[in-house]
Amino acid sequence: MTTADAADAAHGEGDDHGHNDHGHHEHGEFIAHHFTGPRQQYDSAKLGIWLFLVTEVLFFSGLFVAYTIYRYHHPEVFNLASEFLDTTLGAINTVVLLFSSLTMAWAVRAAQLEQRRLSAILVTITIFCAAMFLGVKAVEYSHKWHIGLFVAHFFDYDPGHHGGANYLLLLSIVPAGSAVVCFLLAGLGLGTGKPMSGQFWGLMGLGLIGFFGGTGLGVFYQDNFAPADPGTSVPVIASHSEGGEAEDVHAGAETTAQEAGEAEAAHAVESEGHDESEAHHGDEEHAHPGDDHGGDDHGGHDVVINQEEVDAINATSNLGVFFSIYYFMTGLHAFHIIAGILALGWLLYRIVHLNFRADYYGPVDYVGLYWHLVDLIWIYLFPLLYLIG
Amino acid sequence: MAHHDEATQSDEGNALPSFSHPMPLPTLLATFGALIFFTIVTVVVAKTLPLGSFEVWVSIGIATVKAALVLLFFMHMLHDKPFNVLVFMSSFLFVALFVGIVLTDTDQYQDTIREAESEDAGAAMFSPLLERLTAAEEDK
Repeated sequence: MTTADAADAAHGEGDDHGHNDHGHHEHGEFIAHHFTGPRQQYDSAKLGIWLFLVTEVLFFSGLFVAYTIYRYHHPEVFNLASEFLDTTLGAINTVVLLFSSLTMAWAVRAAQLEQRRLSAILVTITIFCAAMFLGVKAVEYSHKWHIGLFVAHFFDYDPGHHGGANYLLLLSIVPAGSAVVCFLLAGLGLGTGKPMSGQFWGLMGLGLIGFFGGTGLGVFYQDNFAPADPGTSVPVIASHSEGGEAEDVHAGAETTAQEAGEAEAAHAVESEGHDESEAHHGDEEHAHPGDDHGGDDHGGHDVVINQEEVDAINATSNLGVFFSIYYFMTGLHAFHIIAGILALGWLLYRIVHLNFRADYYGPVDYVGLYWHLVDLIWIYLFPLLYLIG
Repeated sequence: MAHHDEATQSDEGNALPSFSHPMPLPTLLATFGALIFFTIVTVVVAKTLPLGSFEVWVSIGIATVKAALVLLFFMHMLHDKPFNVLVFMSSFLFVALFVGIVLTDTDQYQDTIREAESEDAGAAMFSPLLERLTAAEEDK
């Protein structure tokens, strides 16, 4: 397809651009009237996006300052708190995000070379990875909420208890709904003779499915390989555990038995059923999951945290402050991922509608720069949060 | 700044404008490979080497190498205008000022805070518990 064809096709889809001659490089329809040419438009927008990235760095720097101050004055809180973060899930997300950066950079190259089909596919893969990142994050968050790792004074760690709603299911509602809507719109587009619209919504839906790739991977990992939380791999020697339960030895077994089913929606009801039942009696081998997968770094702590100590940890807001920092840093980052998915969706729409050509690929480049910045921030968040101690 | 010459034309034969510098595919793939390599390095170093308080600096150093790779190759800083590079890099100057000044400031009244904290029973329980966790890990 020639550039003129592409411009025609874009025009045919109902673009609201001006009416300049197609294919004329100096005054193409994609040039806003206040620019003298493609180069000036490109350079201006590029400076603009770099300035935006500066504000993004400064925006995040407030949280990095909070982190630095608190870690500098309370290194022991960070050492203890990092026991609650799963390095493997963090590393998986790092790889997913780095891969999405590769596909994004490649999509920019494809747009520069007018490889439109390839750039559409690459942007879709980028969206898929972005959604997958959020899926893994959802598994991490929901697990933490189940064992009471909340912000500030809401922090209420209870290794023997898996309470709360089915958070993972709640977090999955929006992605699932969005994907379904995308596929419905794709069907509508294809059915009513709007193939470009159909293709866009179809690819968008495929991208959003990545969320469930992430939750699936996260749940599979947590069920089979995850090290136990501090104090849960061994019996909690409780002085006053809830409900006056006498056989404290089983508290630990109960924890891990529940943990196995915790993240999966299908198992949620089951594990609640186990709460006060005696079904876990004699399930001793489950009490030491760390031993089953021996090589793990901190799988299975051979430390008994007694109830007094758990109470004491909860009484100070120290760990809660760490988790405030953790949730706000990763949460703001996740918010940027969501914004990135929307920006990438807009990009995908324009790529599918053949809006770009060799001298007009700027938006792909700008969204790419934003996406790489999100990756840059994660490159620092990963070691600062997951690799302490 | 050696651009490859074959990419002066798009796949469809149109001449590329002078501001377009498609990054060669092998460069992109090599950058990705290096980023994965450094990710593995940072995890292994953090989990195995007993670096103590230096660990955070090693981690930040490796992260900075990764950030530089992303900036230079994925974000095309290599081919960007020096002014754009200057604009972006200046943000880190202000981050450094921000961190530095707040750190100096909070250092001034930490002692007062610690005195208040020592009356907190939970805080007193903290260190012994951490010591036991650390000791258990070292035993392995």
